[in-house]
Amino acid sequence: MTVDNLMNWFAELGDFPELAFILAVLICAVPVFLFIAIYALVAIYGELKISSFMQDKVGPMGQGVGLHAGKWGLLQPVADALKLILKEDIIPASADKKLFILAPFIVFIGAFIAFAALPFNQNLIIADMNIGIFYILAVSSLGVIGLIMAGWSSNNKWSLYGAMRSAAQIVSYEIPAALSIIAVIMLTGTLSMQGIIQHQSGFVWGILPNWIIFQNPFTFAAFFIFFVSGVAECNRTPFDIPEAESELVAGAFTEYSGMRYAFFFLSEYANMFIVSGIAVTAFLGGWQSPIPGILNSPGWGLWWFMSKAMFLIFVMIWFRWTFPRLRVDQLMNVCWKGFTPIAMVNIFGVGIWHLMLG
Amino acid sequence: MTPTEIKETLDREFPGSVIDNEELAESQIELKPDQWLEIATYLKNDPGLNFDQLECVTGIDTGEDGPLQSRYNFHSMEHRHKIEVVISLDRNNPKVASIEQVWRVGDWFERETYDMFGIIYEGHRDLRRILCPEDWEGWPLRKDYEAQETYHGIVVPKIKEEEWE
Amino acid sequence: MGVVQGDQMVLNIGPQHPSTHGVLRLKVWTDGEIVSEIKPYIGYLHRCFEKHSENVTYEQVIPFTDRCDYIASMNNNFGYVVTMEELMEIKVPERVEYIRVIMAELNRIASHLLALGVYGLDVGAFTPFLYMFRDRERILDIFELTCGARLLYNYMWVGGVSHDLPKDFERICIGFLDYFEPKIKEYNDLLTHNKIFLERTADVGVLPPDVAINFGVSGPNLRGSGVNWDVRKDEPYSIYDRFEFEIPLGEGEFGTVGDSFDRYWVRMCEMKESIKIIRQAIKDLPDGDVFQTIPKKIRPPKGSIYRRTESPRGDLGYYIISDGSPIPYRVKMRSPAFTALSSLGEIAQGWMLSDVIAILGSLDIVLGEIDR
Repeated sequence: MTVDNLMNWFAELGDFPELAFILAVLICAVPVFLFIAIYALVAIYGELKISSFMQDKVGPMGQGVGLHAGKWGLLQPVADALKLILKEDIIPASADKKLFILAPFIVFIGAFIAFAALPFNQNLIIADMNIGIFYILAVSSLGVIGLIMAGWSSNNKWSLYGAMRSAAQIVSYEIPAALSIIAVIMLTGTLSMQGIIQHQSGFVWGILPNWIIFQNPFTFAAFFIFFVSGVAECNRTPFDIPEAESELVAGAFTEYSGMRYAFFFLSEYANMFIVSGIAVTAFLGGWQSPIPGILNSPGWGLWWFMSKAMFLIFVMIWFRWTFPRLRVDQLMNVCWKGFTPIAMVNIFGVGIWHLMLG
Repeated sequence: MTPTEIKETLDREFPGSVIDNEELAESQIELKPDQWLEIATYLKNDPGLNFDQLECVTGIDTGEDGPLQSRYNFHSMEHRHKIEVVISLDRNNPKVASIEQVWRVGDWFERETYDMFGIIYEGHRDLRRILCPEDWEGWPLRKDYEAQETYHGIVVPKIKEEEWE
Repeated sequence: MGVVQGDQMVLNIGPQHPSTHGVLRLKVWTDGEIVSEIKPYIGYLHRCFEKHSENVTYEQVIPFTDRCDYIASMNNNFGYVVTMEELMEIKVPERVEYIRVIMAELNRIASHLLALGVYGLDVGAFTPFLYMFRDRERILDIFELTCGARLLYNYMWVGGVSHDLPKDFERICIGFLDYFEPKIKEYNDLLTHNKIFLERTADVGVLPPDVAINFGVSGPNLRGSGVNWDVRKDEPYSIYDRFEFEIPLGEGEFGTVGDSFDRYWVRMCEMKESIKIIRQAIKDLPDGDVFQTIPKKIRPPKGSIYRRTESPRGDLGYYIISDGSPIPYRVKMRSPAFTALSSLGEIAQGWMLSDVIAILGSLDIVLGEIDR
């Protein structure tokens, strides 16, 4: 409700509704953008270090906080960001210029506006719409258009391959994801994000949190379906055939360099966060504390939300370095012949379970 | 079967194609290039010979004014016998039948010998250079090969010959 | 197949490409994702090995052979010196034979580790690549201890070897083998039995045995199709007939006989067999002088010889013609990856683009050997 709260606060100061609206939106949007940027840096660093631990190598070293040689390499993501900003901006001569320039923005916008409905906290949610989760699922599909534009305008057969595969994959995996969310909505009766979280308050038998994942064996399955579909939507391994390095160099983004590439990169990590955020909200209780009674003030609420989301992101990173990648037709098989039927069965199961056992 | 027996079998089946050459070793047979394709098919399909492995095709330049040779090493997985076939070709017009339809491995081997020596394999479906660029001039492994001066404007370095005692 | 239709897309894979097989260009005709024709273009790495060897002495050819198949240099050297010693009828001391076998088998393990790691990388598994390279580093350390070089050794000379083994070689080598044997189980757990990996490789790129023999495919590629042919057992050279080891064959456990998984599995099993051979060789290693039969000057008698040996990629053959002088008249190297790559056009028809990469990885080619 943050934009609304800010609007009310401005209304007390004076009567300038349009300016108040713009100011309120800016005050909410700029921190989100900063959050995405900082979170992306942290996630990149985490990915490098976690992958090095898993792969028996050392990863970024040196650049300790005091700029001397150390074990942590904390300035590595800063160096990465600086490098991307300072790189030369190359547009291929035969590329379709307008689409080429527009594509990263559309992909990023698709990821960015979904943040408007993520509930970080009891109070920190930019727009607590009563169709919150429906809104997020809808706008996160915008990124596909940007991807296709990127692949087509690069005038490169490999980019086109990557963009086509990516578009097919994202559009297909939206369906099991949405069907799993329907299973959740059947239980909560509301589409609003805060409402879903409120539904999961309380504890069963005194110690088990009343999260949706524990309420019903079918929602337990729905969580895994949703999470794996989310990994597929982010184009992460094992579903990273659109950016398969050994075949397509960088897929749809081959021709992009510098800041434009940074935008694609940022939006991939932002998408990961959104998928984790929805999974945490819908299945894992959102900002609620898992321990009965304590640590449930608003400050702690933010901490719980972030730590649960970070844990899911860690699992995504773990997947990437463990599994080989699926071929395109196998990917589609898994989606249409595997996940979608299971998600539909889940919906029936949730309804029947709820009906019979209250 | 020993090489002598194979030689006799070939002499019997294709009279006049085996040439007696004292310089060659016992396991080497010199053949005339005329009926090479039929002989090759016979070598592969005859159950007593059954040479199903073409191990290597080598091109040889026997020196100034000497012929170019195309040598084939065969091996049979079933009978475990080997034979080497030598075919001498005229230096100015080296043409011999291609055996790439009989042993598919011959495809690239013959392309390489063509690339290096200029031996033309008639009947090969796609005879073009394989290691050198398509528009290279000359046959590099011949003894009288002089490298071209430039290739698309790049200077071609020469191999220096040095004296070894 | 071969008639280009109007709605096909022509793509170039390479010559610059993230797959680390080398500088190779594949021209691919595709209909959507399905490949209808592939033509490999090679020659980017051609360094005129055969022409050079007609201008240097026989000993000086050995470093050139190293650089052809740079992943398995010891085996290249081995093939050359075995051929030369047959031509010149030199009998080397026992210690030299054992040292050569140990080095060749260690290099076989190193080469297979690289082949398997890179294959995992091609299908998207990033971690086994690093694990296998970590273990390959230990083998390269052993080589560095012996002859000073990590990748291109110039170790086996005609009539002997260039350096004797260092003092505590046996302890280091056995230590490595004890460390390495459980790692094979780790690789199997991580990659081989992974369901996604099996889906990518089982039944993909089937090479029937008669097609394989006709295309001159040899080594693990041929054994993956079920044909029992290993030069070490069937035309033994050096002292391989004294060792007990088995020949793993592809059996189509998870798919058809001769698919990419079989070729991968044969390489995995061959590493175990190489460990057995090395253990037996170290146990029986005799003492002696390794330099005594190295001739002062190599002047082979006039004649020609073709001899093949088993390199990690297949039948490595050397055709050497000598005219009695210290400089070879003709040296031809018949490389196994050359024939394996020529069969790619046949095997990969009708598969998808990702499968082409998987099949190419399973054939284990090294461009240095193909182009020489």
